[in-house]
Amino acid sequence: MMPEKDERKKPAKVRLREIIDKIYEEAWEAKEKGEPVGWSSSKFPAEIAETLGLKVLYPESNAAGIAAKHGGARVCEEAEKLGFSNDICAYARISIAMAYGADCPEKPMPMPDFLLCCNNICNCMTKWYENIARIHHIPLIMIDVPFNNTVEVSDEQVEYMKAQFMDAIRQLEAISGRKWDEEKFQKVCATSNRVAKAWLKACSYCQYEPSPLNGFDLFNHMANVVQTRCRKESAEAFEALIEEYEQAVKEGTSTWHYDENYRIMFEGIPCWPELKKLFNPLKEKGMNTTAVVYAPAFGFVYNNLDELMKAYCKAPNSVCFETGVEWREGLCRENHVDGVLVHYNRSCKPWTGYTPEMSRRLQNDMGLSVVSFDGDQADPRNFAEEQYKTRVQGLYELMEEKRKGAGQNGNESGRAAEKFS
Amino acid sequence: MEMKVDELLKNFREAAFHPGKLKRHYLAQGKKVVACFPYYVPEELIAAAGMVPMGLWGCKGAPTRAKEYFPTFFCSIAQMGMEMVMDGTLDGVSAVVCPSMCDTLRPLTQNLKSAGRYPVIFLAHPQNRKKEYGVKFCRYQYGKMKKQLEEIEGKESGDEAIREAIRVYNANRAACRKFVHLAGQHPEVISAVDRSAVLKSRHFLMKAEHTELLEELNQELERLPRQEWKGTKVVLSGIIADNSNYMKIFDEYGIAIAADDLAHESRGFRRDAAEEGDPLEALARQFAGQDEDTILYDEDLVKRPKHVVRLVKESGAQGVVITMMSFCDPEEIEYPSLKQELDKEGIPSIMLGYDQQITDFGQASTALQAFNDVLEMKK
Repeated sequence: MMPEKDERKKPAKVRLREIIDKIYEEAWEAKEKGEPVGWSSSKFPAEIAETLGLKVLYPESNAAGIAAKHGGARVCEEAEKLGFSNDICAYARISIAMAYGADCPEKPMPMPDFLLCCNNICNCMTKWYENIARIHHIPLIMIDVPFNNTVEVSDEQVEYMKAQFMDAIRQLEAISGRKWDEEKFQKVCATSNRVAKAWLKACSYCQYEPSPLNGFDLFNHMANVVQTRCRKESAEAFEALIEEYEQAVKEGTSTWHYDENYRIMFEGIPCWPELKKLFNPLKEKGMNTTAVVYAPAFGFVYNNLDELMKAYCKAPNSVCFETGVEWREGLCRENHVDGVLVHYNRSCKPWTGYTPEMSRRLQNDMGLSVVSFDGDQADPRNFAEEQYKTRVQGLYELMEEKRKGAGQNGNESGRAAEKFS
Repeated sequence: MEMKVDELLKNFREAAFHPGKLKRHYLAQGKKVVACFPYYVPEELIAAAGMVPMGLWGCKGAPTRAKEYFPTFFCSIAQMGMEMVMDGTLDGVSAVVCPSMCDTLRPLTQNLKSAGRYPVIFLAHPQNRKKEYGVKFCRYQYGKMKKQLEEIEGKESGDEAIREAIRVYNANRAACRKFVHLAGQHPEVISAVDRSAVLKSRHFLMKAEHTELLEELNQELERLPRQEWKGTKVVLSGIIADNSNYMKIFDEYGIAIAADDLAHESRGFRRDAAEEGDPLEALARQFAGQDEDTILYDEDLVKRPKHVVRLVKESGAQGVVITMMSFCDPEEIEYPSLKQELDKEGIPSIMLGYDQQITDFGQASTALQAFNDVLEMKK
């Protein structure tokens, strides 16, 4: 069925935002009616709760929302007062403080009745959710995704995950009071694939020169691919976004309203509290972000249950280094980047723990200019604007130098894609 | 008798503080050495393959070469382990085993691979380890590890060899548990520094050698008459507390270690494996039975804090010293729950920062001195 005419008139980004508002409304309504509301880690197989009609919200996205509205430091401090070290992931600190009742007017969320935890994101997730379960005395459904050391996911791991998936279904049947409906599950999976494909297609528009979008737009739209990836409205809104990008390519317009002197990849989770501060120096230098590692990592595409398991093994922090390199080098090539801006994210040890070596690989394999800066996904106290500006300037100079050198060698832009094409 | 104890303790200290010498000794005997990062490596598989497993829990010092791989905010076990990989300290080892059960170990496994200095045996333990599917997955992981070890050694290790290694390890675990109990009863003979050395040497000596020495020591301790301890007693909790300068402070103030909840010590020898049946399954079931650990998923949610309370009560300790490894998020995120439970039970506790780079424990000393006054009041 086609979306309502009014819907189709709205810009895709408005539609996407409204879908998020709607799931919050639905969760609040469910809470009022006494129906169970869950909190879920961002890469827990969302298909289960959706099939059972359970209302679920996502603490990571919620924490990012609070941080983006400048509540990060305040709520992190609330957690620290409770004894949680400032070394702990800021998302975890924010959502634990929230679970303890910290006031979060930036993005209030109904308290959970059950928890869905999947450690394909990180191991911190396990203990973070155990803490919330302890605070509220509620069930925690755990799907463990062991870290992968190889590009391929073993059959044994698929089997282990499937068994947990089935256990999770049984536990959630009891919580929802509803029986598992296989036919509905297949429909949910179909929608989820449609959303993922549309999302990946939208991300792929960064390849155009000039790009019809700025990678930071994708960070904003991630809220949907995380929280509403099993909903038809999301598929429709992402498809509308694709149409907009397609149109922009034809018309030569872009959401990036500045020069595109250079194209860069942003490595890591953005500093949500400081998006403007991240953006400004890039804007001034005409450095458009045309590749982001974080965004396409949420496009789960699969054809059957085994593939679904494998798809959920492919999170940035649960894949081996070789896969990590392949993803990034693919992104750099496809999106024709000149350099890489690496976020040493104080909140994220599993990711930052291999970024020095990853930076070397991108430099050595692709001849890219790579510069890093210190920051945090949600605690602004770990970000220093001056250092960031200096590093961006440094990256700019490195890219300039390379371009000059490349020009002398007959490669006008010196871009990765040209080296590889 | 005290002379005998002193002599035995000297052996433990020698092994604990000179692992490089031991490594060279084993290599000179024609044995292959395999270095094992924490946690829960089934060392029995290494021993069964005829090799010597040696623990790799970092070392004292500051990282230099490891900085090529890790930013500063990573725990020193990983940083200093990486340092030893990079600076040649480990030269001679045939492989490094690295589990991936915390957010620092995950990238460490990959950095070890990238560094390419030694073959890396990767381990992914299941967190949903208690159900049959968890046991099966764990067995599969251990099977893969066994195969890699066999390739290094050049021969297959049969089931009986693994069962024999399990017997050797079970005996060692039993001796360690007994020692922890006896050391808690006889702090007048076993200082905190020596207690730590005895348990640390377990990670370096071949287990049969360690057991032989330890059983002798235990026998000596068992013969000792009970003496009234004039000082105080604590349970030591955390990942590791093996720096003798740190442990000396406990001795200085007469604070005995009545029991521990350290990953480097008791968490590693709490549970035995079955000596019959399929040995890989026995080891997987042993891991399934592991609990009360900050790095393991706790289905019951409260097992670990309650376990520490029980340790305090059973060992007659007056309080808990939480030795907090810098940048260890599993320990940090579980700290408030532990503290809450201890407070609820009226058990005094103190958290002291710990790091393998620290050389001067002045701050810890001042804090422990004040804490000791609190403990005195609880006696």
